[in-house]
Amino acid sequence: MSPADLLGGAILAALVLYALLGGADFGGGIWDLLATGPRRKAQRDLVEQAIGPIWEANHVWLILVIVLLFTCFPSAFAAISIALFVPLVLLLFGIVLRGAAFTFRTYDRPEDKVQVRWGLVFSSSSVLAPVVLGVVVGAIASGRLAGPPEGVDPLAWLSPFPLSVGLFAAALFAFLAASYLAVEAKGELQEDFRRRAIGAGGVVFGAAVLAGVLSWFDAPLVFAGLTRRGFSLPLHAATALAAVTAFAALFRRRYRLARAAAAAQVTLIVLGWGASQYPYLVVPGLTLADASAPRATQVAVLWALAAGAVFLFPALYLLFRVFKGERPLSVVDRATPGAGVGDRPRARGDV
Amino acid sequence: MNDLLAARWLFGTSLAFHIVCAAIGVAMPLFMVLAEWRWRRTGSPAYHELAKRWAKGTAILFAVGAVSGTVISFELGLLWPRFMEFAGPMIGMPFSLEGFAFFAEAIFLGIYLYGWGRVGPRLHLASGVVVAVSGAASAFFVTLANAWMNVPAGFEVATGGAAAEVRPLVAMFPPGWVHEVVHVLVSCYVATGFAVAGIHAFYLLRERDNPFHQGALRIALGVGAVAALVQPLSGDLSARQVAATQPVKLAALEGQFRTERGAPLRIGGLPDEGARETRWALEIPYGLSILAFHDPGAEVLGLEAFPRENWPNVRNVHLAFQLMVGLGSALALVSLAYLLYRLRRRPIPRRLLQAVLVTSPFGFLALEAGWLVTEWGRQPFTIRDVMRTADAVTPVGNIAVPFVLFTILYLFLAAVVIVLLRRQIASAPPASELRARARAEGLA
Repeated sequence: MSPADLLGGAILAALVLYALLGGADFGGGIWDLLATGPRRKAQRDLVEQAIGPIWEANHVWLILVIVLLFTCFPSAFAAISIALFVPLVLLLFGIVLRGAAFTFRTYDRPEDKVQVRWGLVFSSSSVLAPVVLGVVVGAIASGRLAGPPEGVDPLAWLSPFPLSVGLFAAALFAFLAASYLAVEAKGELQEDFRRRAIGAGGVVFGAAVLAGVLSWFDAPLVFAGLTRRGFSLPLHAATALAAVTAFAALFRRRYRLARAAAAAQVTLIVLGWGASQYPYLVVPGLTLADASAPRATQVAVLWALAAGAVFLFPALYLLFRVFKGERPLSVVDRATPGAGVGDRPRARGDV
Repeated sequence: MNDLLAARWLFGTSLAFHIVCAAIGVAMPLFMVLAEWRWRRTGSPAYHELAKRWAKGTAILFAVGAVSGTVISFELGLLWPRFMEFAGPMIGMPFSLEGFAFFAEAIFLGIYLYGWGRVGPRLHLASGVVVAVSGAASAFFVTLANAWMNVPAGFEVATGGAAAEVRPLVAMFPPGWVHEVVHVLVSCYVATGFAVAGIHAFYLLRERDNPFHQGALRIALGVGAVAALVQPLSGDLSARQVAATQPVKLAALEGQFRTERGAPLRIGGLPDEGARETRWALEIPYGLSILAFHDPGAEVLGLEAFPRENWPNVRNVHLAFQLMVGLGSALALVSLAYLLYRLRRRPIPRRLLQAVLVTSPFGFLALEAGWLVTEWGRQPFTIRDVMRTADAVTPVGNIAVPFVLFTILYLFLAAVVIVLLRRQIASAPPASELRARARAEGLA
């Protein structure tokens, strides 16, 4: 394994975590937009409670991907930034409006009118961002960024295959979020998100078929990568198994299993994408080796990653333990029950 | 507007906006933790109220800072792909470490904001401390990257123009990193301290005995005033470093056109690049030689020593520098007066509160001016003497469109943030209510 391969692996791992955590956040925003029925308000409150304490940490993964890309594979970063200027600007708009609106909603007046207005900004940008993110991934994988960057059409990404990947990404994140929320919900609310997870899972399947068919016409290299490699079949089989398990678990109301299977499915999909375009970073112009920064930098960054991981993962564990853990953990310095009730910033901010 | 100019405007606007959030993100967690610590120590409801409200303010600004920082990290490539292609391997190390500091900040701010009453007091306070420390660490690492652009080090330029023989650790700590990092960090505490103190001074002028605003002033102005008195010392360090490593920048910021021994220090004045002189300045003989080299006879290189096409915009750099120094001096004077009253345990007179109110925006104005000094002062290079800004820009056209869109977005965000912050502080409980609460808890 060369340092470039290890760093490519680190970027892929960060993308998996971004899909699992940040993606579920976007999915939460999509369910905020699609909240319907008599428990509309309760659905939105659950989304807000589930995301509140963790959304900022969930989105740092994307920054990590960007930083690793420009530090370790600077020419790929430059090529992507030039060729995908328009969708990346749209993605930024989505990210900014979403994060700002979510925070503003929390700290603005609790009146319904104000809340609905911020909610609309939050949820519509939560749809925009993953669609554009999918489009970016689709465009990179499709081989449309080939050739000298100056010669690239600024709207080359606007073609069927990248758009279908955008749809697929949004559906996948919605499916993931609904599976997570079904675990955190109670009673009828749990049923709501169970039904939503099943519905979104259906859309994911449809979008996957669509993207697969379109890749045949529009992105032959992806199609070849997906179908003709040694690992293709076992990987597809594992993904399909995870998907079937998730569906079966949802039907049988085994929420924890469904959550785990959905997360496994998303992980395998992202890994499958990475594996299908390996060793290319930008298909088919730049491989990991072509785009590599000097070795000294790559080695230094690998050490920095190792050192960072040592304190990052325990901290993340603590965060999720405090807000997502079901049982109290002895190392966590917990508030004594009943004390400090008046300390809460806002009742609905507590999970 | 050509695309280079539009790209510079877009990046400049994004940074000018982000820097305010980032500076507040460095200092505000410290204030918030100090308020909570005072509350845990004294049990005073005023400090409790303060800690909670400042935490909400921190949350709003952190979120806006996080998203605007995300924009910057993308814009580095979107606007300056050639720069990033060259510089990524060198400035990537500090950015990677900054990423981890930012991660820590996001994680522990989540625990702090949503953990009131959910985690115990020690973990809660410790989370706040981690937020304050990692905020400062982020600023530290990002400033290292800027220091490298000013004084690039740790690489060779190979034939073909790519970087070769990269030594990441040398690039991470280029000559002069210490002064720039210290100056930037201190400026965050000055700017935020005075801005926050000004808001509370405004309310104290209406209601002198409100313990909420009194406590707030004590913490924000206490930190801000000490920092404002440290800043001139760090400025002196900076001047000497800039003189040694970036003489053309020093010449521009002082409006020094001729190379001379015993150069005077110019206060005010308007440089005229055509006539090659700085008019209407108050000149202090030997001042510049003393400041820059601690020697009244030292030779200071003038702009004439450098090719005309390598000059920055002398008028802009000089004026921004004068503005920064002038504002900083005013803040140092107010700080001195405040600390004297505090040390003698005398009540703060109305006049001083008014002075704090008037000078409250000076810190941020000085911070923006100082940032412009360092960035304009490096032009026309984006990496000094290595890469010109014109060669770094993206080949993508119509940059004016995203420039206009992002400017509208920033104006919108700024307006909302101001409204929300104002509401947090304007609705603070009156003195009578806080006293009643203190009595109820058996403190008074």
